[in-house]
Amino acid sequence: MGVRSWIEGWPVYRQLTGTDPLGRGAAAKSDGSRALTARTDTADSVARSVCPYCAVGCGQRVFVKDGQVSQIEGDPDSPISRGRLCPKGAASKSLVTSPLRQTTVRYRRPYGTEWEDLDLDTAMNMIADRVLAARDETWEDVDAEGRPLNRTLGISSLGGATLDNEENYLIKKLFTAMGALQIENQARI
Amino acid sequence: MAEAHPVGFQWVMEAKRRGAKVFHVDPRFTRTSALADSYLPIRAGTDIALLGGVIRYILDNELDFREYVVAYTNAATIVTEEYADTEDMHGLFSGFNDDNATYDQASWRYEGHSQTQTTRDSETQRETAAGLENESHGAPVGGQTERDETLQHPRCVYQILKRHFARYTPEMVERVCGIPQDKFFELARAWTENSGRDRTGMLVYSVGWTQHSVGVQYIRTGAIIQLLLGNVGRPGGGVMALRGHASIQGSTDIPTLFNLLPGYLPMPHHANHPTLDKWVDSIAHPGQKGFWGNARTYGVNLLKAYWGDAATADNDYCYGYMPRMTGDHGTYQQVLDMIDGKIKGYFLLGQNPAVGSAHGRAQRLGMANLDWLVVRDLFEIESATFWKNAPEIETGEIAPEECRTEVFFLPAASHVEKEGTFTQTQRLLQWREKAVEPPGDARSELWFFYHLGRIIRERLATSTKPRDRALLDLAWDYPTHGPTVEPSAEAVLREINGYDVATGRPLASFTEMKDDGSTVGGCWIYTGVYADGVNQAARRKPGSEQSLVAPEWGWAWPANRRILYNRASADPDGNPWSERKRYVWWDADKSEWTGYDVPDFEKTKPPSYRPERDASGVAGIAGDDPFILQGDGKGWLYAPTGVLDGPMPTHYEPVESPVRNPLYEQQANPTRKVYTHPINTLNPSPPEPYSQVFPYVFTVSRLTEHHTAGGMSRTVSPLAELQPEMFVEVSPELAVERGLTHLGWAHLITARAAIEAKVLVTDRLTPLRVDDRIIHQVWLPYHFGFEGLVTGDSANDLFGISLDPNVLIQESKVGTCDVRSGRRPRGAELLALVVDYRRRSGDLSPHYPPQVTTDSADSGPDQEV
Ligand code: SF4
Repeated sequence: MGVRSWIEGWPVYRQLTGTDPLGRGAAAKSDGSRALTARTDTADSVARSVCPYCAVGCGQRVFVKDGQVSQIEGDPDSPISRGRLCPKGAASKSLVTSPLRQTTVRYRRPYGTEWEDLDLDTAMNMIADRVLAARDETWEDVDAEGRPLNRTLGISSLGGATLDNEENYLIKKLFTAMGALQIENQARI
Repeated sequence: MAEAHPVGFQWVMEAKRRGAKVFHVDPRFTRTSALADSYLPIRAGTDIALLGGVIRYILDNELDFREYVVAYTNAATIVTEEYADTEDMHGLFSGFNDDNATYDQASWRYEGHSQTQTTRDSETQRETAAGLENESHGAPVGGQTERDETLQHPRCVYQILKRHFARYTPEMVERVCGIPQDKFFELARAWTENSGRDRTGMLVYSVGWTQHSVGVQYIRTGAIIQLLLGNVGRPGGGVMALRGHASIQGSTDIPTLFNLLPGYLPMPHHANHPTLDKWVDSIAHPGQKGFWGNARTYGVNLLKAYWGDAATADNDYCYGYMPRMTGDHGTYQQVLDMIDGKIKGYFLLGQNPAVGSAHGRAQRLGMANLDWLVVRDLFEIESATFWKNAPEIETGEIAPEECRTEVFFLPAASHVEKEGTFTQTQRLLQWREKAVEPPGDARSELWFFYHLGRIIRERLATSTKPRDRALLDLAWDYPTHGPTVEPSAEAVLREINGYDVATGRPLASFTEMKDDGSTVGGCWIYTGVYADGVNQAARRKPGSEQSLVAPEWGWAWPANRRILYNRASADPDGNPWSERKRYVWWDADKSEWTGYDVPDFEKTKPPSYRPERDASGVAGIAGDDPFILQGDGKGWLYAPTGVLDGPMPTHYEPVESPVRNPLYEQQANPTRKVYTHPINTLNPSPPEPYSQVFPYVFTVSRLTEHHTAGGMSRTVSPLAELQPEMFVEVSPELAVERGLTHLGWAHLITARAAIEAKVLVTDRLTPLRVDDRIIHQVWLPYHFGFEGLVTGDSANDLFGISLDPNVLIQESKVGTCDVRSGRRPRGAELLALVVDYRRRSGDLSPHYPPQVTTDSADSGPDQEV
């Protein structure tokens, strides 16, 4: 290594002589960091998304590499958030890639003391059985004066407010057709 | 706002940089307070007293924006002679019915209006949270109104308002809220000085206002001030509800709520809505003015969207399939019914009531008494594992081998693993693209419900039972795609938007909907989101390339309008109030409304238009009536109907309060929803004895680093690291009084529970001088529970269940408690401690404070006048 390149390898020298007098950018960069590439540069695709936490609705860009989320950043185009995310929005990648996420169906039988495994199809069919049975056992055709009721009060539902509009729409539509009235949401709370 | 909506708060800072003055009112000094120009500490649960003080200040000094107030509000409207105010009735309005603790609203009506316009009795309205229906339109009023535009008539709304708030003096504000008078004057002056043609002020609130037994009236009080100061429908004005979840606005618009259907149509009631005509008329109120006159169209389009080809004019579009309400079927009623064994199955869809709902123990005991429970979530939240890890295991109230609830945990897809729209806090829909496939068995709710419906319909395919027709005739054929057979969210959005049945052409506006079955539309207020067959919610034109209004980013309901009632941003003649506040105006040359936003008015109705005397529907709205969804076209300073606890807000103490209401003999909201159930024990409050057993006020809110019940934050390592522990903030004075040490332990006790927390001694909390005594408040985050990376006792366990009568939201922003040093006892000793407190506070279990306290023995005159 020549003296010149040795001196130029010294950040203070670069800071005093270069275009970065505050030493917050190029001047402070080490060889190690210079060799790095941002995950956002190497992504295979980017999805335009929205933060799932509060209702400000900050824009997110979700970067994907090899079918996995590699980074989530604020969307600078958003007139709402102008690229910013708060600690929660900024932790979204940790949320969706969390090792604690449960990715298989779990089943606890009545009086059971531990979880058991169950496959998804079986679970769906068992749930359909139970919905139909509960509905039949608690069905009310008419009130005491013979006016229609068309309902079951044997089934309840409480949804969070991170559900999509399309999801809420189908939830309400199916439950209403089923006669299940006790459908509630975080919006009540 | 800086704590819970941090990125939104950047705009407050932007405004401050440009000269706006920022006031922050909160029981606790927060990051928002630190950045505000002025901070007002307040006793939790007393905001109406503070805001009422501001109203009095405005009216006494005639500081209202008079031109706006006369033209655009109902200030000049005259009210019937039968009306009697809280001034004369110890805190009750006329029409109070002792038998069921509700009001007959007839005496509140406008002069000359008939009594029959209160179409449902108030008790039914309370049971069915009917106030929620007014989110998209005003409560019904019909016919012409009598007005005195000099505002001198003793029974005009302006004068009634003045009398009603006369006792909300600065001294009274200080006595009730603990806010020193100089602080009060600073706020009142700044707010009123910032009003008029050139200036507007904005009011921002969150669940600190809604989660009260008088919550709706808190917001009404704010709205009255904003109307008096001309701050509604104008840029930089408004009453801004900061909602707390990504699509909680959407969850109300396309509701999964028991009493509503999409677009704020009411769920049918067995007695009031036996037929389609009765249902529609109860919404449209034939003869009423305003846009809601088209209710039949909205209703028929929804029924067509639900039942497709099966829905015809001959069968009233399958209206007969609809289930009917008979009363309160809300989430708290459900939980009590679970405890009583009346409910068999429960779905939890991304929701964690074991931590997030009031009275956590009731929630968990309810879940432990079901036949089956389906939990759909990203993580194994507390509501999925209550049967083995709940605090009730330790107390012996739940034993796994005795708990019969069958639990299905189904993993959910995250927000990047599915596509769809969220509606954020300003009614703006934003489409999310899908980034990756969900892992393993994880699926969207769209998938779950589509396939559950498919399976159920297959099971019933040969059924001949009449009850199964509604399922079999359901329009349920959504296109699917991909390896998981995911239904198309875009197809669902198109149905929500609506389309022409014959051609399939998506509707551009709800004005294109027909009431003859030739169009379909799942949620009329969202019509336009799929206009021209384009997903308008997916629009992403960069903000930097657009005006400040940014109309091409996403899509806002209704009709992509960003500020509601924006006709009010122009004066009665249609000209901007000022150049500075120009927004929407009448272009006389082109004879149309124009501006930076989509005008919230019929495009070609001139400002000079005056309706015929008996005109109804949209034709009944004059060219200078900006509030087009209200029956009289005016902003309501006084609500002649529709608000169940009174036409004007009144300060009532929280259901649990350490002080006697200094304003009236009536202590708490007399019309609040009360649940008498053995598990729902309440702490006594004055005028009852023993309230001193629970001498402190507690309130809860969010930390920046956590989200609600913690299911999406205590499970995420960076967030868990940032806020790892449950704590309670106490003032140095209270720490001395109760022997608490910083970073030591304390436990808090109510008639429901005792929970423990680490102690944070801080002057962010100030002891307040209230009614000549010192009131200590403590603050807790409500995010903690027993699962996740970081755990702690749940603050919501402390609350009982008392609800606002209009919308059935629980009072979970204020309660009373005792605070003791050290950790709480465990097991049976924990139960014994709570039982002992109940015994000491009157041995009343369960306990219900009286609804009406106007004749209580200890109360003298309300106030020396
Ligand atoms: S980044 Fe923060 S402020 Fe923005 S939406 Fe998410 S939680 Fe809300």
